[in-house]
Amino acid sequence: MPGTDPLLLDEISLLLVWTAVAIYVLAFIAYAIDLARRSDLAIKAKDEVVARELVTAGGGGVIDASPRPAASGTSSATPRYLWARMGTALVALGFLFHLAGDVLRGVAMYEFALTGTLLVVAVYLVVLTRFDLRFLGALITGLAVVLLGGATLAFHVEVVPLADPLKSVWLVIHVFVASLATALFALAFGLSVMQLLQTRRERKLVLAASSDAPAPRRNFLQTLPNADALESLAYRFAIVGFIFWTFTLIAGSIWANDAWGRFWGFDTKEVWTFVIWVLYAGYIHARATRGWRGTRSAWLSIIGFAAVLFNFTIVNVFFKGLHAYSGLTT
Amino acid sequence: MSNSRSDLSPDRKKIVTDPLRPSDHADSAPAADEGRDDITSPRLGPVEWLRWGWRQLTSMRTALVLLLLLAIAAVPGSLVPQRGADPNGVTQYFTDNPDLAPVLDKLSLFDVYSSPWFSAIYILLFVSLIGCVLPRTKHHWKALRAQPPRTPARLTRLDDHRDVTVSVPGGQDASAVAASAVETAAAQLRKSGYRVARYDGRGAFSVSAERGYLRETGNLVFHIALVGVLIAVGVGGGFTYTGQRVLVEGQAFTNSLLDYSSFNPGRFVNTDTLAPYSMTLDRFDVSYVPPGQPGSGQAGDFAANVTTLTPDGQRQDGQVRVNHPLDVQGDRVYLLGNGYAPTVTIRNAEGVEVFHDSVAFLPQDANMTSLGVIKVADGMPEQLGLIGFFYPTMDTLTSGALTSTYGDLEYPVLTLRVYAGDLGIDDGTPRSVYTLDPTGMTQIAGGDSGTPALRLMPGETQELPNGLGTITFENEAPAGTTGYAGSVKRFASLSIHRDVAGPWVLGFATLATLGLLAALFVPRRRMWVKATPHGDTVRVEYAGLARGEDPTLAAALDQVVERHRPTLPAPTDQSPPSRPASDDQSRPDTGKVD
Repeated sequence: MPGTDPLLLDEISLLLVWTAVAIYVLAFIAYAIDLARRSDLAIKAKDEVVARELVTAGGGGVIDASPRPAASGTSSATPRYLWARMGTALVALGFLFHLAGDVLRGVAMYEFALTGTLLVVAVYLVVLTRFDLRFLGALITGLAVVLLGGATLAFHVEVVPLADPLKSVWLVIHVFVASLATALFALAFGLSVMQLLQTRRERKLVLAASSDAPAPRRNFLQTLPNADALESLAYRFAIVGFIFWTFTLIAGSIWANDAWGRFWGFDTKEVWTFVIWVLYAGYIHARATRGWRGTRSAWLSIIGFAAVLFNFTIVNVFFKGLHAYSGLTT
Repeated sequence: MSNSRSDLSPDRKKIVTDPLRPSDHADSAPAADEGRDDITSPRLGPVEWLRWGWRQLTSMRTALVLLLLLAIAAVPGSLVPQRGADPNGVTQYFTDNPDLAPVLDKLSLFDVYSSPWFSAIYILLFVSLIGCVLPRTKHHWKALRAQPPRTPARLTRLDDHRDVTVSVPGGQDASAVAASAVETAAAQLRKSGYRVARYDGRGAFSVSAERGYLRETGNLVFHIALVGVLIAVGVGGGFTYTGQRVLVEGQAFTNSLLDYSSFNPGRFVNTDTLAPYSMTLDRFDVSYVPPGQPGSGQAGDFAANVTTLTPDGQRQDGQVRVNHPLDVQGDRVYLLGNGYAPTVTIRNAEGVEVFHDSVAFLPQDANMTSLGVIKVADGMPEQLGLIGFFYPTMDTLTSGALTSTYGDLEYPVLTLRVYAGDLGIDDGTPRSVYTLDPTGMTQIAGGDSGTPALRLMPGETQELPNGLGTITFENEAPAGTTGYAGSVKRFASLSIHRDVAGPWVLGFATLATLGLLAALFVPRRRMWVKATPHGDTVRVEYAGLARGEDPTLAAALDQVVERHRPTLPAPTDQSPPSRPASDDQSRPDTGKVD
């Protein structure tokens, strides 16, 4: 950026990023309140609701007792989640600050974490236009706050010119696609967690219906889709994420081949990218294996995302130490 | 979830168009005796045992367990340094953990990815994969040429089912209306990419349609391409070689085994037939961020300018940069590193030149403090060994030690400690040119020798201790240059690769990705449209069945209905086609799940 002082721009960028973090914190709070209020809503709705037993085809004995507000009632044909709306509005606002902060840092290459979290939030906002996943808002904003805040605290350095090996279009593609995959895996992870909670609740409902076991407490889970729907949606995000992750592997290998003369060398970062790929391959297989569909495959999705987070931090540390090209060390 | 299982399948008979799946696949029908433990198994002979073992190995569950094992087995390689990726780290690990390291070494933990246990997992996985894929390919090949299966007798049993009853317009035959309705439906389905077959009889007309064969094709292509990747890596690696060579500006090397400083050929490489060419390093470029700017002192834009000469006399200029290797006759030349190579001339007491060379000094830090060794084997009363430090921009620390504060040549200084005695190279023992073992030699300059270490700037000459002669640090800058720019030559460390596997691996990986896209996103589904005449009405039924994950089946069925209905006579009542209740699942918050 000729004519402007990069240091000043960096300061503005830092200010913008911290503003974004603060707004994400507010969004997180709004989403948390939303989840808490959903259990309230569920209790209030109890009186108006004729709890319906619904046996889903093939599943056998899954009860969905989600509140169905009476169709005649004008009160709340679809419940309006005010706090969730506020949360989403805040995320969108935070995203704008985040984007500005990222752009001012220079090309989208300077901070992998900055761009990565930006893309995670972007994917969440895009997905919201098709699916109402605001019940995952607390998870996504929490993730954005921890990763963005942590990265800014731990990895923020002066703007410096890019080291030679990092000047590669394949690396840009690699980081971009990996961030998209991470966002999708995060959504799949959230859905899998909800699926496990929902499965437990449904099991308790079945028990309560067939014996005099106490019915589970009403909570926000009632306002969520049933476990089967959650699982199916988690799977759909995970397979798109898996495709992106495959691209990540390939683009990374092409870059490694240009930079180091070998496309695969089993260094730490490569190993973890591979491990994650295999874990999600396992998840996809588990979904197609009798006896593994449902809870077990959900755990694989959760383990897979844990590995993604681990890799994310490892990668940052790895890139921090990449000074090999300033001098020879054979 | 519109996903279905084969136990809902309308036809319990083996349907040839169904993908052949392992028996524990969620979409295949459970074996009749599954889950019953009161069965007394017959005694198994060796053949039966083999068959049982093979079925276990090629089952989904085994593949899944092997996948998870592979993921777990790969992890230790990221925690412990690996000989392949980080040999120095392994050496360091042995020094730091002298007790633990040999134990880990016994478990192949320093070579995880070529260890017996890691190999066992992936070989089993690939055997399982091939065992699964081969019969499936054969089966799919047949399915690709088969007709869609017979229309089930009771379409209402399917999850996704719609129906409408229309009245036959006056003067028309109900059977004719039904037949033409099915004919139209068949044409429409064929147009939307379905393979269709007509099944008429028992008083009803129907069309059976299937699409999405590409899903299974993609699945098979993906798995076969993975085998291709493995074979390409395994076989291609045998034809691959890498060699390293340090070139000082002005130096040339020829592509033959003798001229490499290290060379790692694959199993099948014939080292006598390397591509014949020679390469000269003309100039090495590097730029530094000037002091006072963010990232000052950081080096970048490394470029080795080379001239290659082929046997037919063709001269070609090229550049080797980071991320931009140079292609020469099928080889790729990579830039691994760079540094300074001070040119030193040593003369003995009689003034005879006994050493003159540019010696590559290995950088020790980001500001190019460099360490190098000069060995004078002949022409002196005793052999000489010199250990030198080169500082491109010398500064003195408060401790009195010297350091470099900048990578470029601002104030270049060369310091040398001198040892006299036996270099230990006469008996043929191979010694690194980058290290000197001064055991058994006498230090005659620097350290505790009583004589200060030699200290030279480019163009300076000094006396060696004990009247041994003189040493000159040559200034290599062209005449008339001000300052020290260009006064010391640079070297580039080049790595020359012939990679036979790479393009194949990339090709198979791309193929695998394409296969994966088809396998995960092309829906495999069946549709049926059936028309049954009843007096002066015709009942038209529509049903869909997913073969594998298919979240959009219901919407697709609705589309089929929507497209077909305008071609029908008016329905008996004005109500829209009925939908089964199961589609109306309560999903208060995510109405868009499907």
